[in-house]
Amino acid sequence: MTAELSSPDPASAAPPAVLRRRSSSGGGGLGRYILVRFLLIIPTVFILVTLVFLLMRTTGDPITAALGGKLTGPQLQERIHEAGYDRPLIVQYLEYLGNIVTGNFGSTLSDNRPVTQVLLTYGGATLELAFYALIVAFIVGIPLGMVAAYFRDRAPDAFLRIFAILCYATPVFFAGLLLKLVFAVWLQVLPVAGRASTGAELQMQFLQSKTGIYLIDALQTGNPEVIGDVLSHAVLPGVALGLLTAGVFLRLVRTNLIGTLGTDYVDSARSRGVTEFRLVRKHAYRPALIPIITVIGLQIALLLGGAVLTETTFEWKGLGFQLAHYLQARDFVAVQGIVALLAVIVAVTNFIVDIIAALIDPRVRY
Amino acid sequence: MTATTAQTRPKRSLVSRIPLFEQVRSSIGLQRGMLIAGVVITGVFVLTAVFAPLLAPYGFAQLRSDGTPFGAQEAPNAEHLLGTTVGGYDVLSRVIWGAQTAILTIVVSVILSIFAGIFLGLVSGYIGGWLDRVLVVVCDAIYAFPSLLLAIVMSIVISGGRSDLFGGILAASISITVVFIPQYFRVIRAETVRIKSEAYVESAKVIGTRAPRIVFRHVLRNATRSLPLLLTLNSSEALLTLAGLGFLGFGIEPTAAAEWGYDLNKSLSDVTSGIWWTSLFPGLAIVLAVLGITLLGESLNDLADPRLRGRRAALDTGAPTPDNGAEPHGAGATGESIVADDASTADDEERVS
Repeated sequence: MTAELSSPDPASAAPPAVLRRRSSSGGGGLGRYILVRFLLIIPTVFILVTLVFLLMRTTGDPITAALGGKLTGPQLQERIHEAGYDRPLIVQYLEYLGNIVTGNFGSTLSDNRPVTQVLLTYGGATLELAFYALIVAFIVGIPLGMVAAYFRDRAPDAFLRIFAILCYATPVFFAGLLLKLVFAVWLQVLPVAGRASTGAELQMQFLQSKTGIYLIDALQTGNPEVIGDVLSHAVLPGVALGLLTAGVFLRLVRTNLIGTLGTDYVDSARSRGVTEFRLVRKHAYRPALIPIITVIGLQIALLLGGAVLTETTFEWKGLGFQLAHYLQARDFVAVQGIVALLAVIVAVTNFIVDIIAALIDPRVRY
Repeated sequence: MTATTAQTRPKRSLVSRIPLFEQVRSSIGLQRGMLIAGVVITGVFVLTAVFAPLLAPYGFAQLRSDGTPFGAQEAPNAEHLLGTTVGGYDVLSRVIWGAQTAILTIVVSVILSIFAGIFLGLVSGYIGGWLDRVLVVVCDAIYAFPSLLLAIVMSIVISGGRSDLFGGILAASISITVVFIPQYFRVIRAETVRIKSEAYVESAKVIGTRAPRIVFRHVLRNATRSLPLLLTLNSSEALLTLAGLGFLGFGIEPTAAAEWGYDLNKSLSDVTSGIWWTSLFPGLAIVLAVLGITLLGESLNDLADPRLRGRRAALDTGAPTPDNGAEPHGAGATGESIVADDASTADDEERVS
């Protein structure tokens, strides 16, 4: 039997040869890896932008969608002609691609603003929300994941695994509504919605270097009341969106720690008398962190999707809130522009995360 | 070899052929608890959907009974066990009917994405070449993109954003499908590429079997092993995407069907004035349904993966497990420890080669 199994030797001898060739040429692999990964952004963005364009245009022209009931037939035709939506699709597509290359993502129909300006005005808010959410996810997810791994298959692990599944199973908007109900309406300890109270917003309005990121603006005013106000508004949305990601982090840390806790070097450290806390915190944790960094890239997409829902729940005036607003107004040019822009952002952040992962772990480079 | 398999098959008891029975038997402790909880919650969810017309006290779009309107935002009372919404609907009825919408969407979207994903995966993996490369890049691009945004774009395309029951369900399902195709595609393509170089595929080629027959008979049957797990996990994601679309106002009109996400959207302003029943119950329904399906999928996933599978008590302590003693048929085909199972399959493969 064994002789038969080991008979296809020529076939199994091939992979090592390939590996050898690859490892010899990949000596200075990082630079090449970064270049390849960077070039891969282009087809990714191109495909998504094309997909979104084609899909949105199959529904007909956006002017009829937005103003269909409001204008008469000839008026509509005139508007469509002015905007160039009666030209052949391929012409429109090429023009659209050309515009995107020069950074022009079109203008919204309902309030006639360039999409890039919408991004600059509201992007900061979304960035801020994602930042808070990531902090919550790290604070909650990583320590709990360590606890779950250490108590594997015992009561704390069981409890935490169910907690992680609950984090995933609860839609962010429902989590947001519950948090609002308990902390803002019943206990009245935190504000119901918005990014800051009117007074604080007024104070930040007259700053010289306004960033649109309220935390930075509030710090610039140097007024502790404003800072407190901004932070108190951030708690509930941050927690609602953060818990979603925290569940993912918890499970990742747990699975990876279980893997590293079973390795020989952890056993040998334990035999040398290293304390259990230090064992988890120092020896097993560090190597378990690498897969987490890789997965953060995928979390960005999840966070952006979640941000749309969280912002709507808390009237957090960011990109997602604005997107929902344009959806309701049936302004599909704006929707297309924002979605295309987000595609670029997702592709670029994924690129950055991949590079960070490659810097930390040489095995990632290929 | 063929003789032994023919003999062992009839030996499996009737009970052990019930789906999931084997998994429940081979699990222990926490894992068994999670699996059973998942089965029970999912079961209740499905039954609620099927018997919604009998269970719900009112219709999902009913505003009045015996000529008197329900009234808006009424607190839970004897008439309306879970109160009424801002639009004057009965919350309990809409929660129950919502299960039907949810199940329909899950079923349609999963079926659509399985067919499309499997087909593309098989073709891409088997044919290879530039087609394969293009499909992989396209699927990777879609995969990296926020699924909710893609679903929004799709639902604009399909229904212009609003529609009736079947239009709405179909729109939501197709939107979700587009998000899921890359996942099925990846799994099936990877398996196809692996199976393509197996000896039995080559033998089939040698005797002149046509490509479609090889793909659907030899490759497909062996490539679908990991699908049930993906399927359960995707069902829960489909449900969450449907709710997300509904919450953004892309759901199904309230008069056409009950949809939990839509109801939550309408309850947004209620919360600020302390009205909790309009948001709590549809939300809990989503959480429970997703929880049930996820628990089920997770436990099946863990049980299928030997590294994650809880060590059986018999292997751990040397003592026989209680269910081994209680199950008279278990000894032959089903009851043995994992190690023995693995050994026997390894044996089979050796003999085949």
